[in-house]
Amino acid sequence: MYGYAGRILYVNLSEGTFAVKPLPEELIRDYIGGRGFVARLVYDGIPPGADPLGPANRLVVASGPLAGTLVPGGAKAHLGAKSPATGGYGDSNVGGHLAAEMKYAGYDAVVIEGRFSTPCCLVVDDDRVEILPAGELWGQGAIAAEAALKEKLGEDFQIMIIGPAGENRVKYACVNHDFGRQAGRTGMGAVLGAKNVKAVAFRGTGSIRVARPGEMDEIARAMHRHAREHPAFGEWQRYGTAGVTKWANEIGCFPTRNFSTSYFEQHQRLHGEVMRERIVVGDKGCFCCIMNCGKYSRVRLGGREVYVEGPEYETTALIGGNFALGSIEEVAYMNYLCDDLGLDTISFGNVAGFVAECFARGLLTARDFEGREINFGDLEALVYLAEIIAYRRGIGDLLAEGVLPVARRLGGQALDIAMQVKGLEISGYESRNAAAMLLSYMTCDIGAHHNRSWAVTYDLAMGRTGTEGKAAQVIALQHIRPVFDMLGVCRLYWVELEMSLDYYARAYSALTGREVTWEELLKCAERVWNLTRLFWFREVPGFGRSYDLPPARVYREETPSGPSKGARIPLEEINHMLDEYYRLRGWDENGRPTPEKLRELGLV
Amino acid sequence: MRLKVFHERCTGCRTCEIFCSWANLQELNPRKAAIRIRASFPVPGRYSVVVCDQCGACIDLCPAGALERRGEVVVLDRAKCTNCGACREGCPSGAVFAHPDLPSPLKCELCGECARVCAAGALILEGEVGAGVRVCG
Repeated sequence: MYGYAGRILYVNLSEGTFAVKPLPEELIRDYIGGRGFVARLVYDGIPPGADPLGPANRLVVASGPLAGTLVPGGAKAHLGAKSPATGGYGDSNVGGHLAAEMKYAGYDAVVIEGRFSTPCCLVVDDDRVEILPAGELWGQGAIAAEAALKEKLGEDFQIMIIGPAGENRVKYACVNHDFGRQAGRTGMGAVLGAKNVKAVAFRGTGSIRVARPGEMDEIARAMHRHAREHPAFGEWQRYGTAGVTKWANEIGCFPTRNFSTSYFEQHQRLHGEVMRERIVVGDKGCFCCIMNCGKYSRVRLGGREVYVEGPEYETTALIGGNFALGSIEEVAYMNYLCDDLGLDTISFGNVAGFVAECFARGLLTARDFEGREINFGDLEALVYLAEIIAYRRGIGDLLAEGVLPVARRLGGQALDIAMQVKGLEISGYESRNAAAMLLSYMTCDIGAHHNRSWAVTYDLAMGRTGTEGKAAQVIALQHIRPVFDMLGVCRLYWVELEMSLDYYARAYSALTGREVTWEELLKCAERVWNLTRLFWFREVPGFGRSYDLPPARVYREETPSGPSKGARIPLEEINHMLDEYYRLRGWDENGRPTPEKLRELGLV
Repeated sequence: MRLKVFHERCTGCRTCEIFCSWANLQELNPRKAAIRIRASFPVPGRYSVVVCDQCGACIDLCPAGALERRGEVVVLDRAKCTNCGACREGCPSGAVFAHPDLPSPLKCELCGECARVCAAGALILEGEVGAGVRVCG
């Protein structure tokens, strides 16, 4: 088979068995790969009502057809399951070298089911599949554990691994890879931890076959050339996503102090330039990616020296702005700590900001924190929160559930300032002055995540708080993005370097010999988007429109400071956007896909 | 022509590896590349490039006389090679590689492909203008 490994590996941990099955033709045709495979295999393979942390949940890891090839940024693996964070559809992707290695080992996807009796590591070495005892790795930080496992297995192995937060089933535990890359969102680390899996390691010696080598070569080289000649390329290589921090403050979108405002008065101290000068020691690129947005940093703080990949923009936004840490060293240190504990920096930073605001309002007091105060900007308080959450100590046990369960426990005004949608904490764009971005968060199919439709630039172009026409753009972006995720390739060449979308359909066709147009790929993306929506309706009782609404802070409170001062999007405008969104999607007024739409997509 | 290596600029993306196997064997398989990136993480967090520097130590190691110097390049005659592994085991740089599916070892013969695709400036082919220019510092 061209472009694909052609096989899926099914591992049943409860039985300690595995099976290799051919990749079904209709799965390729309708779902392409990566996130598409994940969505279908999650929908079909998890019994309705399954406990996300029980053995009936399955974790699907999928590579994409363009991963491991010559296409720049062909490095993305997708992880998906029923999310313990939201109870709905969850997935998250990770770069590095995992996606490529899986394919060289001979698998387009790995489906992990059941639960092993004791902590273990799953090792996939070409055709050899083994379950090894995790031994002393269990309980170790993710960074040290990955180093130890590489030492044991060999450095060619590519590893996904969890920290203590995953072992302790923190609902926003991430999966780490390659000392600094994470599948951060929706609690995939908790799913692995609940299965008693500390790590999954891949090594492969096989080749990926190419249907039309000459054409593939030509397209791939044109893509590399386009990237290298783009005027923004050098800037991106130098700063990566950290370059966004300055811009997000200049436009008033930077989540600050639990999203109470969108401008951090100390943002200059967190800029990419400051980071590069003060802490970055090297650049780190994913497989066949020449943009190298990974920045490897060394931080000396309080007598400790730590190494960390990052901080990326999202971490700087949620740890820096949202908890008001005005020092790049402190943000980087927290980044290291979260990585090692295995906490998603986005959700953790969001929860921490929420706790600090509740503390300031008296909804939480020092009695809740063993006599400690939790104030914005206090690094020691933040370190304390990370540790009690990762180990579920004291109130950390509740905080480990995520911002929505905490707010429900506290009740009243806490719910208005719990910054989440569908139970997933909002990521790095405060959206009261960016209506399309707000709609993106509201309708994102995993909960409030930014990059399924990064619409903030559209708001800037079309008028910030205006809502007309925004729904159509959000839908368009929500269909473009999954194509990258299905193909297993990073979107940033398109987002940042204006790579023509047409390249991707041509590359896919040349690689696989399956003729496909960009429009056909978009149709597959729409199918994925509707399938994951159906999963929410199936799994979450009472799911519908109310789950697409943002927290009240967004429509009740005007932005108090910064470039977006005074901005607010009234609830009626929000509902107006949502009506238009549902109508354009072919969904009913409660946000359920209509039978006609499902027929059109072949989903009945 | 000579391949200059700047280890400190390497980002570990392995674009060189995948293009090496593609250019020389028409396969997408970094394990069939004649160049390898080694990672030292989490500390000190650096990459190093392992590639033949054409020193010629392997010429005398080869019992079959399959390796010979042609100008600046040490070339392997695959017809003569018995795949005994002596060159790989004795290479002072560890820059000769094996793959279970291949009848002879993988050794760089300086085609220059890796330098052409390296956008980090970690690999530069001396004598080829415009290749391997570091875009940023």
